[in-house]
Amino acid sequence: MFGRKKQAQTEADSVIEAHVANSKILVSNLRKAYVSKKRETVAIADVSIEILDNEFVSIVGPSGCGKSTLLRILAGLDEATGGTAILDDKLIDDPGADRGMVFQTYTLFPWLSVEENIHFGLKIKKIPKKQADEIVDHYLEVIKLTPFRKSYPKELSGGMQQRVAIARALANSPKVLLMDEPFGALDSQTKSEMQLLMRQIWQVDKPTVVFITHDIEEAVFLSTRVYVMSGQPSVIKANIPIYLSYKRSLEIKDTTEFIAYRHRITALLHDKEVDVEVES
Amino acid sequence: MRKLFRIRTKIDIKLYNALALGVFLLVLFLWTMLSAGGSISQIFLPSPQSVLIYLIHVFGSGQIWPDIGISAYRIFMGFVIAAVIGLPLGILAGTFNFAEALIQPLTEFIRYMPVPAFVPLIMVWFGIDESAKIALIFLGTLFQLIPMVADNVRAVPEDLLSAAYTLGAKRITVIMKVIIPAIAPRTMDTLRIMIGWAWTYLIVAELVAANSGLGYNILKAQRYLKTDAIFGGILIIGCLGLLTDRLFVLANRKLFPWAEGGK
Ligand SMILES: Nc1ncnc2c1ncn2[C@@H]1O[C@H](COP(=O)(O)OP(=O)(O)O)[C@@H](O)[C@H]1O
Ligand SMILES: [Mg+2]
Repeated sequence: MFGRKKQAQTEADSVIEAHVANSKILVSNLRKAYVSKKRETVAIADVSIEILDNEFVSIVGPSGCGKSTLLRILAGLDEATGGTAILDDKLIDDPGADRGMVFQTYTLFPWLSVEENIHFGLKIKKIPKKQADEIVDHYLEVIKLTPFRKSYPKELSGGMQQRVAIARALANSPKVLLMDEPFGALDSQTKSEMQLLMRQIWQVDKPTVVFITHDIEEAVFLSTRVYVMSGQPSVIKANIPIYLSYKRSLEIKDTTEFIAYRHRITALLHDKEVDVEVES
Repeated sequence: MRKLFRIRTKIDIKLYNALALGVFLLVLFLWTMLSAGGSISQIFLPSPQSVLIYLIHVFGSGQIWPDIGISAYRIFMGFVIAAVIGLPLGILAGTFNFAEALIQPLTEFIRYMPVPAFVPLIMVWFGIDESAKIALIFLGTLFQLIPMVADNVRAVPEDLLSAAYTLGAKRITVIMKVIIPAIAPRTMDTLRIMIGWAWTYLIVAELVAANSGLGYNILKAQRYLKTDAIFGGILIIGCLGLLTDRLFVLANRKLFPWAEGGK
């Protein structure tokens, strides 16, 4: 299922030399096509991106443009048809604990309590019990769910479940955190709270995050950089660094700089010429 | 009144219970009227009183217990063997496509062969030993169980497995720590349905190839045209079936408090 051709390795070697020292993820000319009897669906036509250490990078794009596919390839859950994806000089060909993932659907293990869910990856890693407990306690604190540690997922709201999913992924201390529209199913109030929490987590620990969303406001608020993807064909259309203040609160969404970024990305998504310039 | 006809809308629980009880009473009433009217002979339709008297007699004298015991034993054995073999095969078929190819088409084929038709063959192979009854129950449930368990595995959300992989789980861990716990409550429910089938096949076996058990008891009653005993026997089997069913539901709630509807 996750096996991969040997020849890809030599292709990868040439790319490795080119990339800069603090690059975490390097994706080169990635292509993914689904072939069925009738026809070929190109989920990703040609995508190259680079994610640096400690960056929070969002990828926005219309529905069906291949965002999830890209993220699943980074996670090692899907195989690319062409091109390469590299994490820390190593070709990605298997899923592993070094790439934590948070999904749009609720993926907590329903038979495990909140704390057992966060323990899951640590147990697999065989982290000593005492140390693992400390990690779990810490992340329960971070997501403000310590009083719910013994609860089962079915007793939690959607927002709470996603908080636990984030804690579960972070507790494993992955090299990158991959998030696929994690707040997409939440109501707008909860969504804003989650965005703030996520931004605060990032400001403190600086995990490297690749965040998929089709919510432009969300992307601008959270990110240090935003990739804009287009649908037909599925390629990267723009790479936009977000120069907003480091410590962000929800009020920042009303500032002119923020709104300018939003407009600029919206225009890009809708295929209009970019006439709104943002300088800082 | 209009409330009754709202699509998929719950009615008051008291009204619900009253309606359910009402139907039982209605059936009992019609039965009493028909049998008391004298238009139908006692041999065709015994009165509720005579069935009740029969039940009191067999339970009072204790003569029914050995039959219940032997029938329960046959069910238990056939069912447990089918579960021990069927669960792993079902999990394999649901997990690996190659295993599905090996197991499921054959299973589906056998599943549509009428199990009672195997009775003569089983009698040739096993005689009318205990093993014959157990074999019939085993055959009747195993081939139903496998595809249902496989479907339970397929119903586990893909993202749940993906999440486990991204937490560092390897395949064996995913099977043992994700797939198996995930299907547990639903599989308990599958087993509950299976034990219903098992009761049916037990009686089939005992009607044709036994000299003990609840089914044989009914057959014996038929020989002497003791319809009150036939009615009584059927009622006992129905109640035992209902009892095992409720036990499974209860066990499911207790064992899997995390599942929807669990406690
Ligand atoms: N398993 C699959 N088989 C065939 N086509 C697929 C499969 N998965 C995704 N696709 C197609 O690939 C395209 C990109 O899908 P996806 O990555 O889920 O988009 P997004 O996450 O941006 O909405 C879509 O057109 C989708 O229909
Ligand atoms: Mg998607």
